[in-house]
Amino acid sequence: MSRPPLDPERREFLARGLKAAAALAATGLAGHALGWRTGRADREEVHDWPVPDFSQPAADPRLAIVTGPDRTTNLRKAMEALGGWARFVKPGDGVLLKVNAAFASPATLGATTHPDLVAEAVAQCLRAGASRVVVTDHPIHDQASCFEWSGIGAAARRAGAELWVPREDDFAPVTLPGGRLLRHWPFLKGPFKGIRRLIGLTPVKDHYRSGASLTLKNWYGLLGGRRSVFHQDIHTLIAELAQLVRPTLVILDGTTTMIRNGPTGGSLADLKATDTLVVGTDPVAVDAFGVTLLGREASDLPHLARAAAAGAGTASYELLNPVRIQAGAS
Amino acid sequence: MKITWVRRISQVFFLLLFLWFCLVTTVGEEWWRLRGWPVNWFLQLNPLTALGVVLGTGSLPAGLEWSLLVIALTVILGRFFCGWVCPFGTLHQAIGWLGLRRAAPAEQCLRRAFRPAQRIKYYLLAFLLAAAAGGLLAPAVGRLAGQSARLESIREFAAGSLQTGWLDPISFMHRAVNLVILPLADRGIHVLWTGARLAQGAALIGGLFLAALLVNLWIPRFYCRYVCPLGALYGVLGRFALWRVGKRQRDCSNCLKCEAACEGACQPAGRIRTHECVLCMNCLHACPDDLVGYRLARSASGERAAPDLTRRGVIASLLAGFAVAPLGRLAGGRDPRRIRPPGAGPEREFLTRCLRCGQCMRICPTNILHPALTEAGLEGFGTPVAKFSLGIGGCQLRCAACSQICPTGAIRPLTLNEKIGRGAFRERGPVRMGTAFVDRGRCLPWAMNRPCIVCEENCPVSPKAISIQEIFEPLPGRRREIARGDELTLFFEGETDAAARVSDDLYCRIAGDFDAEPRRIIECGPAQWSIDPNHPWESPPPKGSVAELLVLLQRPVVDPERCIGCGVCESVCPLATVRAIRVTADGESREARSGFLL
Repeated sequence: MSRPPLDPERREFLARGLKAAAALAATGLAGHALGWRTGRADREEVHDWPVPDFSQPAADPRLAIVTGPDRTTNLRKAMEALGGWARFVKPGDGVLLKVNAAFASPATLGATTHPDLVAEAVAQCLRAGASRVVVTDHPIHDQASCFEWSGIGAAARRAGAELWVPREDDFAPVTLPGGRLLRHWPFLKGPFKGIRRLIGLTPVKDHYRSGASLTLKNWYGLLGGRRSVFHQDIHTLIAELAQLVRPTLVILDGTTTMIRNGPTGGSLADLKATDTLVVGTDPVAVDAFGVTLLGREASDLPHLARAAAAGAGTASYELLNPVRIQAGAS
Repeated sequence: MKITWVRRISQVFFLLLFLWFCLVTTVGEEWWRLRGWPVNWFLQLNPLTALGVVLGTGSLPAGLEWSLLVIALTVILGRFFCGWVCPFGTLHQAIGWLGLRRAAPAEQCLRRAFRPAQRIKYYLLAFLLAAAAGGLLAPAVGRLAGQSARLESIREFAAGSLQTGWLDPISFMHRAVNLVILPLADRGIHVLWTGARLAQGAALIGGLFLAALLVNLWIPRFYCRYVCPLGALYGVLGRFALWRVGKRQRDCSNCLKCEAACEGACQPAGRIRTHECVLCMNCLHACPDDLVGYRLARSASGERAAPDLTRRGVIASLLAGFAVAPLGRLAGGRDPRRIRPPGAGPEREFLTRCLRCGQCMRICPTNILHPALTEAGLEGFGTPVAKFSLGIGGCQLRCAACSQICPTGAIRPLTLNEKIGRGAFRERGPVRMGTAFVDRGRCLPWAMNRPCIVCEENCPVSPKAISIQEIFEPLPGRRREIARGDELTLFFEGETDAAARVSDDLYCRIAGDFDAEPRRIIECGPAQWSIDPNHPWESPPPKGSVAELLVLLQRPVVDPERCIGCGVCESVCPLATVRAIRVTADGESREARSGFLL
């Protein structure tokens, strides 16, 4: 006589019991694991990007002031006076040109860096042996519109540069050591990849809040995030930018100056021919001279004194023995 | 090759073409950007749009002549658009196929069977066309009764309201792809945009789209059969089609294989409903005896040429349609947030043309145009409104892309000269979308005595529409007795908390008759204040007098004569949740009644 088969109900109950136990165990384990994770410090370490120092050891001449109606001639003369591009751009270097393309505004209105100047600078860098030249800015309006309207995009491409239109993921937090405002603030890091030289190119513009928009204010365009909060203490912010961003060279274009209604302008009546272009390795000195084109003085821009005090340059530009050249018409 | 394969190739081709046009609708220089691609082509092929706009305005917008071609082909061939061209229909068909691919023939037959509810779409069509046609009634009555002032008010009240875009499959799909699918797809890759692209109400638009697609898993081509007013219009237009699907002989084995494959649920085995036939041609190959064909002759087993609508149903739909616009307008009132794109016509006219297709919102480089939720009332639900706090940088002064792309002229094409008010348009002035108002209860310099004026800086008008009032405001609790002083420095007894955080706009003034002119402080320490050496006091301030700490504020004030309502100020205002300077529709140039200036 064979044994009676296992009661099917009992068998089913055993299987069900096992499954229930497994489910309970899995729930418990998951709860334990997740609880363990939230129990730990969930603060992520902030790895701020250290902005490289692109400045060169101080050597004279450091500042050239050229007068003449043609900005490309002016730039050429200024660079000759400073010892040629070879002094700043070595063969194989990647060069980043930070232009001012803040607004979707045509070049004639002077609210953005002039495309002729961009093209000339790109061509000169390439001639000096630069492996690549990148042109960038993080404008206020729609980026594509800004680069196209200002003519900077077309000029850069034609001259052989890469146009870097910043994307959301190009920004990384930076902190100025000892700084008060620039702490873990998003900064346009993307275009700096493989870059050995940083050159700022910007027009001279009126700016109600900061007194003037010159080469130091131009670094504002490297910031991301809700940067408009900085207007509450704009001079401190610009002084901190002057410490954070140390360029190889800055080029300040005062061929025409936006003397009012800045920094947007919008009318030819806002512009005045001032026929001057300044190039220098010390942005504080360049700006200290540049502000005089607006009929203002360096003391009207508190950020200059503060940047100088922090060691970012000198506001007494005459002490640098600037080379002054009359370029005349091209 | 089987004709069904030709159909599938055609469907895939037009679907890809549609998606391609959606993709290239981006301002830019590359060949795959908006470089003359006919991105509105599918919208222009649409006879429902053409008819709706013609009924509402009495004119056909340029480009919509394409719909005449479709009408002509439909009259000759039947509903070819539904089965061969419509990108939305293609998606429905594909998903319906997925849902039924493993189903038994009987199940297929059941799911694909004709249901009387398919007549709903004809009632919807009547409703939508009647709503659009309201405007035509008033002039017609006017011609009979002679023009009168009273007529004008009736016309205003009863003007048509184009609501076809809600259900029209092309607008439906443009809206979903433009405002939901592309922004979602671009999130990680940033090919179309450099940052996150936003769309107000995207959950609703995307949810409706998803629902319309998923319901095909139960009933294939659900939307086409029950909802689509464009399909209904084609059904009516194709009534006298020269070629038609039908049986060669009356009797057959009645295996219903044709009906198990039928996309339109048109009952090809029996008396075929030609108005439901989408020309999918599946029945041609499904019939084991090869009895079904697409021929000049009518079906041997009979036809039902017209949908079985009831007269009272049609009348009820028409009346409801005529009533919808006047009823909506009884509410009256104007929402301050109803800020239309530059070039939009007066509201009444705008609503006789706007499809809610989302092309303007898609092309806007600064992402400020969004579908209205409550901003434009029930009637304007889904129409474009400018949301400056959502976009990046307001309405760009030198951009009129939305006006150029609008397929129906709801937004009239503007040249930059007209938009900015230059050249021939100098007299008329710029196109104003509204006016900016400073909220003095939130604006930092007004409400909290903190400097800011980002709005003034970014105002693109020359001369700026935001001017500055400079004012010295005493900082509370900062009056201190001078212990000692010279021409440039004041010293105090004891220390207080260090200077205010904002340090470049600080001034001090000596109370009393000594010298009331404020001096700029260049160093504000806890026990001493140093002033600008260019403006010293003539003699050391007397010991014991009181020095007052002031902050120099620049407070923004809007000049309504210059403000164009572009919203750049609102978009850059640092107050992220509710901006301290906001544009409302007051003063918009498209509606004379919105003006508020003498």
